[in-house]
Parts: sequence; structure tokens; C-alpha cells
Amino acid sequence: MSTLSVATPLRLRWQRPLTHLRRWLAPWALPLALLIGWQLAVELGWLSTRVLPAPSAVIVAGWQLTVSGELLTHLLISTQRALLGLLIGGSIGLALGLLCGLSRRSEILLDSSIQMLRTIPHLALIPLVILWFGIDEAAKVFLVALGTLFPIYLNTLHGIRSLDPGLIEMARNYGLSGWPLFRQVILPGALPSILVGLRFSLGLMWLTLIVSETISASSGIGYLAMNAREFLQTDVVVLTIVLYALLGKLADSTARLLERRWLRWHPVYLKEHQG
Amino acid sequence: MSTSHRSTERFAAGHSAAVQTPLPQGESHLLLNNLRKHFGGQEVLKGISLAIPAGQFVAIVGHSGCGKSTLLRLLAGLEHSSAGSVRAYGEPLATQQQQSRLMFQDDRLLPWKTVLENVGLGLQGDWQEQARAVLTEVGLAHRADAWPSQLSGGQRQRVALARALIHRPRLLLLDEPLGALDALTRLDMQKLIERLWLQHQFTVVLVTHDVAEAVQLADRVIVLEQGRVGLDLPILLGRPREASCTAAATLEQRILQQILAQQAPEPVIRPSHSGVRWAL
Repeated sequence: MSTLSVATPLRLRWQRPLTHLRRWLAPWALPLALLIGWQLAVELGWLSTRVLPAPSAVIVAGWQLTVSGELLTHLLISTQRALLGLLIGGSIGLALGLLCGLSRRSEILLDSSIQMLRTIPHLALIPLVILWFGIDEAAKVFLVALGTLFPIYLNTLHGIRSLDPGLIEMARNYGLSGWPLFRQVILPGALPSILVGLRFSLGLMWLTLIVSETISASSGIGYLAMNAREFLQTDVVVLTIVLYALLGKLADSTARLLERRWLRWHPVYLKEHQG
Repeated sequence: MSTSHRSTERFAAGHSAAVQTPLPQGESHLLLNNLRKHFGGQEVLKGISLAIPAGQFVAIVGHSGCGKSTLLRLLAGLEHSSAGSVRAYGEPLATQQQQSRLMFQDDRLLPWKTVLENVGLGLQGDWQEQARAVLTEVGLAHRADAWPSQLSGGQRQRVALARALIHRPRLLLLDEPLGALDALTRLDMQKLIERLWLQHQFTVVLVTHDVAEAVQLADRVIVLEQGRVGLDLPILLGRPREASCTAAATLEQRILQQILAQQAPEPVIRPSHSGVRWAL
């Protein structure tokens, strides 16, 4: 009995880091296996490099483009378009959401029109946008702005609408009104919902950019992909797809980081912090 | 004539010194004159006339739907009366709003502010010191930096009490603040409220459905019956009070009889505050 009670903690001491490591590695096992299988399939000639280049070839292509500086240029241009579009679309969405959330009159005036516009798939506007802006920068930024506007608008409005009216009543009873009421009660209360909108928008941001860059561009990651297609460089095409995946992941992680920072009072994040 | 003049003078002096000078018992703090309130065609308060002396602890009990919460919301300035008037120290109630604080049934703490920030809500300048002092009074100084979601229900209500007290109100309005607490926490809160009331000598109007709680805490119990005062009973028991003494039991019995003699009113659909649109 006594030997058992001594032995158990000893074994636990070794087991804990191991299970920890295993848990950390587990999500990567499947992608890693796929990559290895893919590499083998190409090397054994089961997969034509026309269809899919080997992962190693993609890495080589990435390295070459990085060294030549091409990759960075295109990456920067794409990121710039994406963020500028998000900034414009997001600001308009946020402003409209706040306006309609705070004033009944604005909501009656604006909401149904915005909802109508929202139902149009914004990518359907591409022909029109090309007619308006040509294949200029403005065309891509416009499309990204349009795509990111609605999720933020909807979630801002929803965030304000679902605020506990009891809190507003309390704050008014305690002498808050106008800007302090907005700053201390309404905005923080709507923030969780606004951040959900931001995450939706970030997804749509990359989607819109990919489509608009593939259709008409002379720079950016989408252009890189289309250019590579003309020269049958499948390795570069796959590289751009991987890049989009990484950029999307980066954007999502940033949004999560903001949530963790701004919503640290939220029971969900408090629990995470403690556990 | 001369008394009313003196009372306003005294009030003005107390106000400018920013220190609350307790008024002698007997001088009216609140004067309700034939107060009426109806929502649509439904008359909820049918002419309430009361004089509440400064520093008195008044409990209002009655069936749900008897109008007790509406009366409290009128006193807090959250609703406006349909007819009649309320005067505080001889002035219209609306001018006295900063002198009163309301504690709700739910704590209504802002979840995104720490306990300390919640207590200092709406204060300007150097309020932290003061907020810590008030938190000490309610026994929660060690939780100043916690988030509200990390506190228990009783602790949250104590923070809400501290938030009300930091304004040094002359009138504390309590809307069933202990209704959602468990029995033991409730007893602790009752003691705390009584102690702070004895210390600061503000006027209290407590709405409750717990007759024992009313007798335990109040100087005077008012039973509301369908929008009218059905019973206005002074509670002449010494303090500190014992929960189960015979005198208290007799008084409780008397109040319960009064309430139970009345048929429960038909459920009234009152417009809840969630129906109200607000705008900046």
C-alpha cells in the first residue's frame, strides 16, 4: 500500500510532460502524414507534377521567390489592399451599425436598404466594378470594403440591440449619459459581438481579395498565381494557395488575440486563464 | 410656515458642506401627495399619500402586482407619476435625483469593469481611494481587482451596495435586493444594511415580499393593496433586533393577516423596461 502511494507520483511526474507533448502534437499528426504521403506519391511517379508538385518543390519555389524579393513585394501589395479595404469597409459598417443601434430614426431610414444591399453577393458586382474603376487598385479595395462592411454592420447592430437594458437603466440612474454612457456601457457591451463581426469580415476580406486579384491584377498574390498558371508552374500556384491559408490563419489569430485582450473580463476567457 | 423655511435652510447648508447632517426625526424627507400612476387603462397606484421622516427605514410589502415596485421606480425617477406629487425636503423630486440611489433586485454590475471600477461608476477625479474605503465598509476590499463574474451572488450585491453608498445618498431605495440570495447570505446582508443605515442615517425605502425581513429591518411597514395603502404599521422594537422574539412574531402575524385578507390581484401586465427604447 505504502509503496504504491510513493510510486504513483513518481510515475505521474514523467507522464505529465509526455501527455502534454502528445496533446500538443496530436492535431499535427494528420497533416504531417498527408504531406509525407503526398511527397512519396510524387517521387514514386503516381502523381504527375503537372497535377501536383511535390511539397519539396513548393518549398523550393517559395525559397527562390523569397530570395528574388518577388514574393515579399506581392505579399505586401496584397496585404495592403486587404487591410485598406477592411479599414474602409469596417469603419463604415461600424459607424452604420452604431448609428442604427442607437437611434430608432436612423434604423427606420437605413436598415432595410442596407439589408437589401447585403443580399447581393458582392462578387456579382465585379463586372460593374471593372467598368467603373478598370483594373485599378481602387477596384480591389472597393470590393474588399464592400465584402467586409456587412458582417461588421450586422454584428454591431446586434451587439447594441442585445445589451441588457437593465444596465443602461442603472447607468442612467447613476448619472451617466451621452459619451460616458456610450464609452463605459454601450461600447464594451457590444464589443463581443463586434469582434465576432470582425472575424467574419477577415475571412471575407481574403476571399474577396483572392477573387478580385485573380480576375484582374498586375501584382499581388492572385496575380502571382495566375501568372504561374500561364507558365504551368504548378509549384508556384500551390505556393500561393498555401500563402492564402497562412494569411487567413494569421488574421484569425490576430482577431483571437484582440478578443482575449479586450474581453478578458468575459467568463469564457477568465476560465481559460485560470485553467 | 417657519418650520418649512428652516428645513430648506438646513438642507442648503448640508448640501454645500457636502457632509450629510442628519435631520432630527420627525422632519419630512419625502412627502407623497395623492400619487397616482396608470399604464394605459390600468391604474397601478390609486392615490398614495405618505410622509416619510428623514432617516426612517420604511418597508413596503404586498402581493406582487400591488404597485410596490412601481412606487419605488417613481421615487427613483425611473417613471413619472400620472397625477399627484412627490416632494423631497419640500422640493420637487426631480431636482433631488442626485440625493438618492437605487439598488436593484439583480446586481446590475458592469461585467467589463473590475469591482473597484464598478463602485466608482460615474465618479470623476480621484475616486479610487473613496471606492476602496466603501468596499472596506461592505467587507470586500480584498476583491477590489476581481471581475464581477468571479464573485458570488451575495458578494455582487455587496458591491452594488457599495456602488450606491459611495454617493453618500440621503435616500436609499432598495428594490428586493436580497430576493435572489440564499437564506444565510440574506441574513448577513440584512445585518450589513442595518449597520450601514445606523452609521450613515440615510432614509431607506425597502420593497420586499418577505414580511419577516420587513419587520426585522424597518421602523415602519406599509402594506400596499391594489395601489392603495392598506396598513401603515410602526415597528417599535429595539435594535439590534432578534429574529424570533414574540413581539416580532406578533407584528408579522398582524401584517400577514392584512395581506392574506386581500385577494391576490389579477396579474397585471406591466410594460417591462425592456420595451423602452433608449437613445443617446
